[in-house]
Amino acid sequence: MRTRFCTATLLAAAAFGVAWGVMPVAGQTAAYRAPRTADGKPNVNGIWQALNEANWDIEGHSAGPGRVVALGAEDAVVPGLGIVEGGPLPYLPAALAKKKANFDKRLTLDPEIKCYLPGVPRAMYIPQPFQIVQSTKTIMMAFQYAGAVRTIYMDEHKEAPADSWMGWSNGHWEGETLVIDSTGFNDLSWFDRAGNFHSDTLHVVERITPADPDHLTWEATIEDKAVYSRPWKMSMTLYRRKEKGARLLEFRCVEFVEDLIYGHLRKVQK
Amino acid sequence: MKHRTLAALSQSGGVLVVAIAVTALAARVAGQAPSSAKPLPAAPAKAAPAAPAAKKWTLPRTPDGQPDLQGYWTNSTYVPLERPDKVTKATYTPEEFAAVIKEAASREAEQTEPGTVADVHYDFTQFGLDKSQSAFVKNDLRTSLIVDPPNGKMPPVTPEGQKRAADRAAERRRMGATTDAVQNMPIGTRCLIMAGSGPPMMNAGYNNNYEIVQGPGYVMILVEMIHDVRIIPIDNRAAALPENMRQWMGDSRGHWEGDTLVIETTNLNGKNPFRGSSENMRVTERIARVDADTLSYKFTITDPATWTAPWTAEAPMTKSVGPIFEHACHEGNYGVTNTLAGARLEDRKAAEGAAKKTSN
Repeated sequence: MRTRFCTATLLAAAAFGVAWGVMPVAGQTAAYRAPRTADGKPNVNGIWQALNEANWDIEGHSAGPGRVVALGAEDAVVPGLGIVEGGPLPYLPAALAKKKANFDKRLTLDPEIKCYLPGVPRAMYIPQPFQIVQSTKTIMMAFQYAGAVRTIYMDEHKEAPADSWMGWSNGHWEGETLVIDSTGFNDLSWFDRAGNFHSDTLHVVERITPADPDHLTWEATIEDKAVYSRPWKMSMTLYRRKEKGARLLEFRCVEFVEDLIYGHLRKVQK
Repeated sequence: MKHRTLAALSQSGGVLVVAIAVTALAARVAGQAPSSAKPLPAAPAKAAPAAPAAKKWTLPRTPDGQPDLQGYWTNSTYVPLERPDKVTKATYTPEEFAAVIKEAASREAEQTEPGTVADVHYDFTQFGLDKSQSAFVKNDLRTSLIVDPPNGKMPPVTPEGQKRAADRAAERRRMGATTDAVQNMPIGTRCLIMAGSGPPMMNAGYNNNYEIVQGPGYVMILVEMIHDVRIIPIDNRAAALPENMRQWMGDSRGHWEGDTLVIETTNLNGKNPFRGSSENMRVTERIARVDADTLSYKFTITDPATWTAPWTAEAPMTKSVGPIFEHACHEGNYGVTNTLAGARLEDRKAAEGAAKKTSN
């Protein structure tokens, strides 16, 4: 009697464990529970980098010629499947015309060329690493590109006191996911090198979830009524930089673009 | 607020930006820093005695046990780096120091006369950018930030250091006027780096704000201008830079000595010399939480190519008010464009004027 009861209990417990993901079941993957920081939150500290071609064009795109003939294949557009979910970007008609104009004039208009701050979400997939330093009240994201910085306020959530390039980010935890709600953007950054853009009514909600010790799943919902007819989503993986001694270096590119921006105003041309 | 020309603003190694980036205006409320119950030490070597009536303060720790340095801080101060020539003692009396601050504050608040050459369009006082309008270190009565040498001045400069200074000056003259090209302008005006970053981290004219955030194995210091992030890896977890890799803020490595964060920085690129330093300057910083409202910040400069001996300064930080605003300096740098364009316009007018004279 006792043995049968114990066996039944064991079987029930096993089934229960399977349903909750303790053992993987065909067609289901167990939800990953990240190690915790000392204050009990999923640990997203580290040096991360996207490994895709979204910075060229967030939509799926083939390879193509570059902007500068002399740079040949080094400036050619690298193909990518894109990170936008569900079809072409839902531009409003006037906005689509502006996107096309942006693309045609990208050599002079792309803010990345002038070492301007990348904005959000472009900072997350520009092909240089960034570092997350995670504390209880604040999560900082420091980007190698142009030394850009995002402050994620985890404690007091306030409204953006002013518009900025990198926006104002309020964050909170939902289980394993870091949810970041960002507003307060100016209209000066782009989403990519292809001229996809936003206005100053941009609203970005990101969800960052550790997928395993070395990968984060990143999703973002973009809402901007002045540009798009409906909200839309993008998603990608962030990869941990694992080499021994991995660190950010300085990419202080302002110095490298001074002749580009101010060269025509020199007293004596070079 | 007196008119400040580019020349007046430039200090060797630390520069103020005349062009105020659109997004960088910090609406600082004129106010008082919360005052510490304990005065800072009058003689730097002694520990501060606890004020008798104050509740005993214990050093807070982060959840993973590091001393908690986190928060918003400012190193804004009226204490100069070097002791003024006329001053022989190490500390002012409270009355003397109050007079120093009062005099400096009233000079800051002076308004220029409209219609005169000295008149400014953007007055610091109106924008709340005067030093006296924000939190600044109030209880440091010393006559110099330098504590060693004891005379409060930097040690003598070596012959090599003097030659380097002369070479740099000659190069500046050879390059021409600051309005000939952007590369002739001070690095702060070019939005390349400002005094607050260093290292060592020094106060500049305004927005001397820092935010410290700590995660496991890293201390991160956000310098408001120019949104510089110093990421200090603890205990060699980051690869050391080889000799040939140089950076504006160098290569900083940290470790804890008791409750003091010690940061060693090498591999500077020499493009932002500190008081004439060489690219081989080594900066050793020591940061500790003294009480709820105070960080002690001490730095030692070791640069045998420039000074005959290492020298040390203490530049404490006091609690400031957040948030840190985005300082998109380069993105809003209309000042450089307008200054250069104006100079070229003057060149053309001068050329046209000369042409008229010769044809008459």
